[in-house]
Amino acid sequence: MVTNPQSPYLPKTVEVVERIQETQTVFTLRLRFIDEGFSEQYRFQPGQFNMLYLYGVGEIPISIVSDPDGLPFIDHAIRVVGRVTKGMAKLKKGDRLGLRGPYGQGWPMDLARDKNLLVITGGLGCAPVVSAINYVIERRADFNKLTIMQGVKLPSDLVWRSRYEQWSQIPDTEIYLAADEGAANWPWHVGRVTELFDRMSLAPDTVAMLCGPEGMMRVCIKELVQRTIKEEFIFLSMERNMQCAVGSCGHCQFGPYFVCKDGPVFCYAKVKQLLAIKGV
Amino acid sequence: MDLYYLPRSGFSQLIDVLRNHAETIMVPKAQDGAMVFSELDPGEEIEAGWQEVQDAGRYSLEKTESPRWFKWATGPQALKPIVYPPREALWRVEKQGITFESVPESVPATAIIGVRACDLAALSLLDKHFLGSQFPDTAYKSRRDSLFIVAVDCARSAATCFCVSTGDGPSATQGFDIALSELEDGFVLRSGSARGESLLKGFSRANERQITLSEKQVDQAISMQTRQLPAQDLRSLINKSLESDAWEAIAARCLSCGNCTSVCPTCFCHSESALAELDGSSSTQYREWDSCFTQSHSYIHGIVIRSETATRYRQWFTHKLANWHEQYGRSGCVGCGRCISWCPVGIDITQEVATLNGN
Amino acid sequence: MMKPRLAVHKFTSCDGCQLAILNMGEELLTLADLVDIVHFAEAGPVEPEAQVDIAIVEGSVSTPDELERIKRVRENSNCLITIGACATTGGIQALRNHQDSSQWVSDIYPQAQFIQSLNTSTAIREHVRVDFELWGCPVNSRQVKAMLRSLLFGVSPIDEKSSLCLECKRQQNPCVVVTKQEPCMGPLTRTGCGALCPHFGKACFACYGPSETVNSHSLVKRYQGFGVSKEDMIRRFNHIQNNAAAYKESVINIARNFDE
Repeated sequence: MVTNPQSPYLPKTVEVVERIQETQTVFTLRLRFIDEGFSEQYRFQPGQFNMLYLYGVGEIPISIVSDPDGLPFIDHAIRVVGRVTKGMAKLKKGDRLGLRGPYGQGWPMDLARDKNLLVITGGLGCAPVVSAINYVIERRADFNKLTIMQGVKLPSDLVWRSRYEQWSQIPDTEIYLAADEGAANWPWHVGRVTELFDRMSLAPDTVAMLCGPEGMMRVCIKELVQRTIKEEFIFLSMERNMQCAVGSCGHCQFGPYFVCKDGPVFCYAKVKQLLAIKGV
Repeated sequence: MDLYYLPRSGFSQLIDVLRNHAETIMVPKAQDGAMVFSELDPGEEIEAGWQEVQDAGRYSLEKTESPRWFKWATGPQALKPIVYPPREALWRVEKQGITFESVPESVPATAIIGVRACDLAALSLLDKHFLGSQFPDTAYKSRRDSLFIVAVDCARSAATCFCVSTGDGPSATQGFDIALSELEDGFVLRSGSARGESLLKGFSRANERQITLSEKQVDQAISMQTRQLPAQDLRSLINKSLESDAWEAIAARCLSCGNCTSVCPTCFCHSESALAELDGSSSTQYREWDSCFTQSHSYIHGIVIRSETATRYRQWFTHKLANWHEQYGRSGCVGCGRCISWCPVGIDITQEVATLNGN
Repeated sequence: MMKPRLAVHKFTSCDGCQLAILNMGEELLTLADLVDIVHFAEAGPVEPEAQVDIAIVEGSVSTPDELERIKRVRENSNCLITIGACATTGGIQALRNHQDSSQWVSDIYPQAQFIQSLNTSTAIREHVRVDFELWGCPVNSRQVKAMLRSLLFGVSPIDEKSSLCLECKRQQNPCVVVTKQEPCMGPLTRTGCGALCPHFGKACFACYGPSETVNSHSLVKRYQGFGVSKEDMIRRFNHIQNNAAAYKESVINIARNFDE
């Protein structure tokens, strides 16, 4: 008779240090491990994610948006869409939840060092790239020009508007925003995000990092490739259903890859064929 | 290789030595119209004569006069539910302080008699999946380590079997402790592990006649197989057919019910869910077998990536026959034919491959 | 903190779904600690017009009185949950929707003028907004507890809608279609019952209603091969969940295509 050793799926207890309401539907949870010993061992890379567990309700993958040097605090930007996120929205400072991670392959920050960096996001799901933007801003001298592009449907969909305004003040940083529909307080482009490419100059050694709906990433990548950005320099953060985060439950398969462990960040050259087919 | 012989009347000797190693002995039994593995009670004997007729969407048992115990080819399940139960607790959490703890599970040492070559091939794929990663599955490992496997070579193939074409049968070549070849009057035995060898040491050697008979049986099982998958790696065929009309044609028949994934000995998808006590004081996290044929399998924030049966069947088929190569170094199909027999509408994976291949 | 207030309302039904609450045993006491049960006629408390956080509705709308009453239940509750086939699709009694039911009434009752009955039996959703539907005939305690626990955690309950086959296979029941050639409705029926009938070797008769994917054309063709008649096949859909959209459509298709 043998008894199971400790499960790799066992979460650790974390506490909400701060809860920040970013927009009507997006909030950030700043978390810290209760076990200080464990907290000291915990490290992550920009672009990685944690599994957050809401007591009695369930576990979901959430990208880390804070800086690796910001530990012991770990920030997660969460959009209220489903059952678990709706429940998490009610958490307050001092509440506890479960966390296991970090998981997955993050952004290629080493490759981007001393190069130009173009960050493209669309829709509401920009959390995975925020970690990369924050990383660059904290280490501004290590990177060349930083360009941030974001497309939204409505001006009110723009998360972290104030941060975009701050980012635009940082040296050698350009911000390009587009909304499908305009509004009185929208000083930026009205129209498709891809129309912004004509306004910018892209150096060939630019590393591009994308996240957002697959359709939007497809059209942006087409523009990038036409503008002679190397496929090996284009990276995207993919989304699939994830329940285990360790390549076991099978839900996150994207062709031969498990998004949880082979991604979520993939080099475009690797997933080019898969990205072209619906329902993979 | 040393081959031993045990007359049928002396099989209890093997059971007795297995009892020294295992708390539980599992043997095939006819239950609810199918061969299933179930615990052998002390004094109980394996029932003789059962054999099955299988075809697309059909499985029926018949009792023959044969003294054989392993005349049947496959049942709906074999090792998968033993090493990877359909539903299991992963951990528990207390509301007080939100503290997490493992759910200890006592795993009895188990000997299982009657495992087929296809089941062993499937087990080695499950091993790669659950144990080969950066985060080995501890619960799977405990159950895996507790197994003592007595395999049996198939002397007969069902009409749905195609293990010859996948290279996985009909005789056991790896992954067992002891393998049997069943003759009318007894068994030719061989070991596949050091502990298997130590158990067989005391038995007498098989003679030429017994060895020849056992070899002939394997040839017979091979010749009985009518279905097959093409010998070549199917990756290029499948990857160039991802946008084929064939998937819609299959979807017209496919029920999206998930029976194929449930009986497949290599399908490993599972979902997780929280089950809280009604009073809210504690909650247990469970995992249970899931299927790529459900909507929830590909659900992300309001979107179902594979909302149509066509894309779901394509996912299953592509994963099994193409993507498994990338993930685990070989096809995920071991030729057991269960997905053919247990599909309520009799969809035949070998036929669908042939169709895709232009035949 | 104030306990949430709960009401259990009965409409046209057999009361069987309310038993899923009453039969919770000791956990009924736990429930009474968690919520204030202000209206639950079958269990005792009667206050049908009370304002509540959670209203559980059993039964279909089949009388003029129920037409009005369901509106008040909706107005008086934050969250309205239907339980069971009657409340969710109209129940077995929705079979009257295709018939002249006033004729039935006058055939059965000696003084039919005292019977106030609509010509149809319809789901609660057809009259008021419903926050969540628990399918089944009857629903069971496991479902009710999971639903209430989710609501108490402040999240929506989980809609269990995959095919019954998955649960049946998790229990390792050999398939009754494959081993016995019995026309089991499991592949087109949603999970939740625990695969009760197939567990005892019986074909599922679809009392939980349609699963998320209903390919009745393919399954009916298969059962036709077993020798199941057109009438028998139609009856299997025109049963407890006859008014569920996917089954209604299946009946039309069988009537049209079976003999082809």
